[in-house]
Amino acid sequence: MNVLNEWAFIGVFAVMAPVFPALPIVIAWLFRPRKPNVLKSSTYECGVETIGDTWVQFRVQYYIYGLIFLVFDVEMVFLFPWAAAYNEMSLFGFVAGFLFIFLLTDALFYAWQKNALDWK
Amino acid sequence: MDEICTGLCRLMVDSGADAGLAQFVSLLVGVLLVSGVPLLTVILLIWIERKVAARIQDRIGPNRVGPIGLMQTFADLLKLLGKEDITPTAADRLLYNVAPLVSFASVVLIWAVVPFTPFHYGVDLEIGVLFFVAVASFGTLAIMVAGWASNNKYALLGAFRVVSLLVSYEVPLVFALLAPVMLAGSMSMLDIVNAQSGMWFVVLSPLAFVIFYVSSQAETGRAPFDLIEAESELVAGFNIEYSGMKFGMFFAAEFLHVFTNGILMALLFFGGWMGPLYYESPLIAFAWLGAKGGIIYLTTLWLRNTVPRLRIDQIMAFNWKCLVPLSIANIVLVSLALKVLQELDMAPRQLIGASLVDMLPATIVLLIINGALTIYLLGILRRRGKDARREAQAAPVQFARASAD
Repeated sequence: MNVLNEWAFIGVFAVMAPVFPALPIVIAWLFRPRKPNVLKSSTYECGVETIGDTWVQFRVQYYIYGLIFLVFDVEMVFLFPWAAAYNEMSLFGFVAGFLFIFLLTDALFYAWQKNALDWK
Repeated sequence: MDEICTGLCRLMVDSGADAGLAQFVSLLVGVLLVSGVPLLTVILLIWIERKVAARIQDRIGPNRVGPIGLMQTFADLLKLLGKEDITPTAADRLLYNVAPLVSFASVVLIWAVVPFTPFHYGVDLEIGVLFFVAVASFGTLAIMVAGWASNNKYALLGAFRVVSLLVSYEVPLVFALLAPVMLAGSMSMLDIVNAQSGMWFVVLSPLAFVIFYVSSQAETGRAPFDLIEAESELVAGFNIEYSGMKFGMFFAAEFLHVFTNGILMALLFFGGWMGPLYYESPLIAFAWLGAKGGIIYLTTLWLRNTVPRLRIDQIMAFNWKCLVPLSIANIVLVSLALKVLQELDMAPRQLIGASLVDMLPATIVLLIINGALTIYLLGILRRRGKDARREAQAAPVQFARASAD
């Protein structure tokens, strides 16, 4: 199978994958009862009416974790080619990879020292 | 799968069909064949999950519908079909409806790169492992979308927790994946399995396996990391507003994800289909893979039903201050040791086709390094634990905030 064909397979798979869960939902849509009323389709909060907006900015800690994650995730993707070429690598490439990991660790310890990893 | 698709394609072109259409139809048949495996197993998985949980909790579990309750899932499916589907008026309708589809699709899509036997697989992408990482993170997105679109405070809180948890545990997970990629020198799933002919990667790099195991347990939102669905605080978390079949899809996705992780661990660390007589027949190879994946899957269920839930600050601290540094140290030490061994001609440069004898010196050295790292880590944890206990004894009872949100 040539490269284009491989990705064509992935493409067809990606289109089909949401169809599988959609099928039972559509079948259920055909059979299910429909008796909506105001109380039933109100926001569920154990019987209490909901107060205020839900879509607000809230708690910066989640955002900080997101930022640290972004740094790590993007850099880790760069490490995969390094790992895949590990067996044929020259010493220069090998050391360069280590330098990269060192900088990454440095960033982690910086965040640690700044107490960004503590749940406040 | 390759031969089936090409064969079918040729047959259709020969019988006068349009070449593009023939290719499309044959690809579609291939996709249905590959995705049939996870879609059929998920029906069985729901039953296994409930039965195992019941046995661990000293109950009997489903036993009424069909022999030993095997038909229970079909009964539940019928019931879910008849359930009213409520969309809250406050919700964002489009995102609310798309989220369960994305959640399930992200798990099924992983199976595109999962090889079942040496000859039966969907595709063998050169970047198979990276594809798995990319696709699996769509599940996180689906949960965030579900929580946000529900426009419910419990759902949003649950979704925030999920995203911070899943996103954090993805870091050690991906770092652990570097070990098999490095050992095999390839990102293709088929190459990684074939590179384990001499020695399974779980022996060469046990710490990477442990890190992968723990973080995949977190990725699927299972205990002790199950505060996604903290029933006692958030009622249900992100899926609180969902009902009927859409609710069912979230759960089907979770059950399937746990099993998928079991199969992936079998492929990446336990030699996949490698076992006595696997080359005799694809059926035996498939049985080996299923058995290994199944056993790992059962241990995750065991863990889930045994340990209690942790607080979110504990979970985060464990990840960022223990798992992430450990996974970095592991990668550095393993790559360094392997390079030195290769330079000294004590380890083969190409693991595919290497025999057990070729691998023996490298195995011993890597095992010693992994053992030393483990002992060092346990020492640190022990000291920290002692300090924490001493502090707790010195200060009078001081309750942590009940909800860390």
